[in-house]
Amino acid sequence: MLTQTEGSHAVAEAVARCRPEVICAYPISPQTHIVEGLGSMVKSGALANCEFINVESEFAAMSVAIGASAAGARAYTATASQGLLFMAEAVFNAAGLGLPIVMTVANRAIGAPINIWNDHTDAMSQRDCGWIQLFAEDNQEALDLHIQAFRLGEELSLPVMVCMDGFILTHAYERVDIPEQAQVDAYLPRYEPRQVLDPAEPVSIGAMVGPEAFMEVRYLAHAKQMQALELIPGYAEEFRAVFGRNSGGLLHPYRMEDADTVVVALGSVLGTVKDTVDEMRDKGARIGVLGITCFRPWPHAAVRAALAGAKRVVVLEKSLAVGLGGIVSSNVHNSLAAPETPVHTVIAGLGGRTITRASLHKAFGRAISGKLEALSFLDLDRAAVDRVLVREREVRRSGPIAEAVLRDMGAPGARIG
Amino acid sequence: MFQIRIHGRGGQGVVTAAEMLSVAAFRESRFAQAFPSFGSERTGAPVVAFCRIDDWAIRLREPVLHPDALIIQDPTLLHQVDVFSGLVRDGYILINTSRSFSELGLGEFVRGFHVQHLCTVPATELALKHVGRPVPNAALLGGFAAVSGRIGIESVLTAIREKFPAKIADGNVAAARAAYDYVLGEMQEVSRAHAN
Amino acid sequence: MAFQPVKFYQTGTFTVGNRLLPDAERSVQANMRRTNSLNSGHRACQGCGEALGARYAIDTAMHATNNQMVAANATGCLEVFSTPYPETSWQIPWIHSLFGNTAAVATGIAAALRVKGRTDVRVVAQGGDGGTTDIGFGCLSGMFERNDDVLYICYDNEAYMNTGVQRSSATPAAARTATTPAVGPEPGNTFGQGKNLPAIAIAHGIPYVATASVAELRDLEAKVRRAMEFRGARYIHICVPCPLGWGHAPHDTIRIARLAKETGIFPVYEVEYGEVVSVSKIRHPVPVEEYLRPQKRFAHLFSPEPHKAVLAQVQAMADHNIRKFNLLEERAR
Repeated sequence: MLTQTEGSHAVAEAVARCRPEVICAYPISPQTHIVEGLGSMVKSGALANCEFINVESEFAAMSVAIGASAAGARAYTATASQGLLFMAEAVFNAAGLGLPIVMTVANRAIGAPINIWNDHTDAMSQRDCGWIQLFAEDNQEALDLHIQAFRLGEELSLPVMVCMDGFILTHAYERVDIPEQAQVDAYLPRYEPRQVLDPAEPVSIGAMVGPEAFMEVRYLAHAKQMQALELIPGYAEEFRAVFGRNSGGLLHPYRMEDADTVVVALGSVLGTVKDTVDEMRDKGARIGVLGITCFRPWPHAAVRAALAGAKRVVVLEKSLAVGLGGIVSSNVHNSLAAPETPVHTVIAGLGGRTITRASLHKAFGRAISGKLEALSFLDLDRAAVDRVLVREREVRRSGPIAEAVLRDMGAPGARIG
Repeated sequence: MFQIRIHGRGGQGVVTAAEMLSVAAFRESRFAQAFPSFGSERTGAPVVAFCRIDDWAIRLREPVLHPDALIIQDPTLLHQVDVFSGLVRDGYILINTSRSFSELGLGEFVRGFHVQHLCTVPATELALKHVGRPVPNAALLGGFAAVSGRIGIESVLTAIREKFPAKIADGNVAAARAAYDYVLGEMQEVSRAHAN
Repeated sequence: MAFQPVKFYQTGTFTVGNRLLPDAERSVQANMRRTNSLNSGHRACQGCGEALGARYAIDTAMHATNNQMVAANATGCLEVFSTPYPETSWQIPWIHSLFGNTAAVATGIAAALRVKGRTDVRVVAQGGDGGTTDIGFGCLSGMFERNDDVLYICYDNEAYMNTGVQRSSATPAAARTATTPAVGPEPGNTFGQGKNLPAIAIAHGIPYVATASVAELRDLEAKVRRAMEFRGARYIHICVPCPLGWGHAPHDTIRIARLAKETGIFPVYEVEYGEVVSVSKIRHPVPVEEYLRPQKRFAHLFSPEPHKAVLAQVQAMADHNIRKFNLLEERAR
C-alpha cells in the first residue's frame, strides 16, 4: 500500500510484517522512532505473538536478542553510533554463534566529540565482525532490505545489519509502498533454526574453542559470508517477483555503460550523487555511479566487473580510517582489475556535514580534469584546521580540540553562558 | 520541483508542518519529500524543515538551499537567523504575524518582489481561536495553499486530518481554512490596490 | 509421645544419613534417576566448591521443572571447566554467550519461550561473583527490574578465579588476591562497604532471594526447589569456596564453607517478597579466626603476629550479621 510516511515508521511496518517474536531495544537517536513504532504495535496488539522488551542498555539489547534467537525466536533490535559500540562484544558474539538476528543501524557518527548526525562510522567500525551489512539508498529500500535480511540471515544462520542513514532517511517523509502481510509471508518462511536450546534435544552452545580448531571455525564464518554473495542476487530477484520492484542486490549501477569516471558511494547520498551526475551528463561528461548495497560480504567480483571500464574512480564515503584515509576506497582499490586506475577518496558528510550538488560538481569536475587529490575532505575549512594546528604548536595548554574549532567558526555552540 | 523551507522554533510544529505538506502533495498523487534540519529535541531553539514536491521521484538529499517558498512560523527569527538565504527571485514568503512586511523591517528587502507572493497571516491567533493552543503550523499551511496555489486546500485539510486525532484535527482544519480565506482575502486586497 | 527430631552426627560433620530417609525426603543427588546435568569428566580443580554447588543446584532445578529447563552461563570457571572443546559435560540445553550478559541472555530465552507458549520450560542463569556483581551487574539489575522469569544463581568464590585470582567486588575485606596483594601497611583487600548482592536483589523487590552454601547442600536443594515455585525474577547466592584461590586443602571445601556460616561471615537465609522467611541458625558459634586461619589468602593477618585490629574488624562484621539475621540458636532454658 502506497503511503507518505517517515522512514522509521516504514521500517517498523516492514519489521512488523516479518513476524518478529522478540524485539528488544534501547533508545538512541536517531533510531528511536523505529522502536517506538514497534513497541506501540506490540502493546496495542496490532503486532501479535511478539515480546517487546525494554532493556537497560544496548549491550543488554543484543544479549537479549542472542538468548531469544538461540531459543528459536525471530529476534530484532536497532541501534546507532555509541550504542553499536556499547554492544560490540555482543555483536561479535552473535556472529560467532551464528544467530540470525536482524538489526537496524541508523547510521550516526561516533564521538568524541559527541555528534548525533549521520555518517557511516558506526557501521564501518563493525565491518569485520562477521555480520552481513546492507546499505539502503532510500526509505523504500530500507524497508525492503529488512524483509530480505530475515530471509538471508536465517538461511545462512548469520546476523544481518541493515544500515540506513540516521535522520536523512529515518526522519524523512517519503512515498513508500508498504507490503501486504501475504506478500511478506510468501517471501519469508517461518524461522527454522539450525541450532536451538530445546529440553527435548539438549545442546551446549558457546563452548570455548582452542588453537587446534579456531582457524577452522573462523574460516567457516568467512565461507558462510561468502555464500551470501551467491544468495543476495537471487533473493533480490525473488523479491522483485513477489513485490514488483528492484530492491537490494549487491550493487546499484547507474549510467555506468560508457562511464569513464565512476563515483562509488553507499546509502542516501547516492540520490544527490545521481542528480549531480545527471547534470554533468547533460553537459557531456561520461560519468556514472556505482552504489554499493551489500558492503559485507564485499562483492569483490561484482565490483571488479563493474569498474572494468573506468578510467578513474571517485569513492565518496561518509567514513574515515583515521591514520589511513578511506575505508570504502581501500575495499574498492582491492577489487580493481587494473590497480593503476586512479582512485580518488573523497571523505564527505562526516558528522552530518551537508553534501551539496554544488560541492560534488566541483569534486567530480576536478577528478575529471586530473586535479583531485588522492585523498580529500569535501568542504573542509582548511583555514580553521590550520589555525588549530598552529595554536597547538605554539601553546601547550591549547584546550579541547572541538571547542577550539567551534570557537574559530564562531558557532553559537561555542559560547558558554 | 517546488521547494519549501519552513522556519520556526522547537515546539511550534515546524517539522509536522513539512510532513503534512508532503502528505498533502502525496494525496494529489505527486511525489514529496519532507525532512527537518535535525537536532536534539529542544523547545524554543530555531528549527528548519524542508519540503520538496515534484512529479517524479525525488532523489536529492541536500537541504533546501534555494527555496521557492518560505514559511516563517516565528517572526522573532527574522533578525536572528538568515531565513531568506537562497530564496529564489520572486519566491513566496508567508509570515506568521499580524504586522506588515514593512512593520517587520522587511520593506526594503522585499522591494522588487511580486507583491502577490508576499503574505502575512496571524496564524497564532487563528490557532488560539480554533484549536485553543498557539501552534500555528496547520493554519500556515492553509495560508500557504492560498498564497502559492501550489497545493489544494482540500489536500492540506486531508493531511491535517490524517495527522491529528479527530477533535484536535477539527480545530486545526478550521484554523487552516480561516488562514486560507484570510490570505486569499489579503491577496485580493492587494490586487485591487494595484489595479487602482 | 511427643515427636522428637532425631539428629545424627558423624564426627566432625553434621551429616544426616540419607539412607534412613524415605524416598520423598531424599536429596535429588541421592536419586538414581537424577539428571546428572553437570556430568563427570569436567575439568574442575580438585575440591571445587562451584562444581559441587552447580551440580546440586542444576539437578534440583531440572527435577523441579520436570526436566524442562534451559541454562545460560557466564564466562568463568564453571563455563570453562564444563565445556573444554570439543567436549561438554552439560546434559541440558545450555548457552554461554559473554561475561557480563548472562542475565540478559536469560531474559531473551525466557521471552522466546513465552512467545512460543512454552511456559512449562524454565530458565536458569548462572555465573560467578565477577560475572554477577561486577561486569554483569547492569544486566542483572535490568532483569530484576523487569521481573523477568529467570532464576539467577551466583556461585560466589569471592574473586575472579579463572583468570588467576583477581579481586572482585565480592572479595572480602583483607583477603589477598593477585590485585590486592598482601604487601604494604594495609595488606590484602580494602575494608570497603562491600557489595551485598542479596541485599541489592531484595531491594529490587523481586519475589525470591536466598543465600545458600555448599556446607548445607540439602538446604541448597530446598531453596532451588522453592525458587522454582515462583514466577518472576529470583536470585540465589551460594557460598562456594575455591581451594586454589582461598588457599586451603581441597578436601576442606565443605568445612571452610561451614566455618563461613558458623562464624556469621556468610549468613544463610531466605527472603520472599522482601520478608525473611527462614534463617539457618548457627549451631556452634565460632570466632572468625578459626575460619580465616586455614586460608592462605588471609595468612598475612597472622604473620608475624595476629593483626588484632584487623581481626577485630572482621569479627565486628560477622557479629553484625549475627545480630541482623538473628543467627544464634535460641538457647534451651
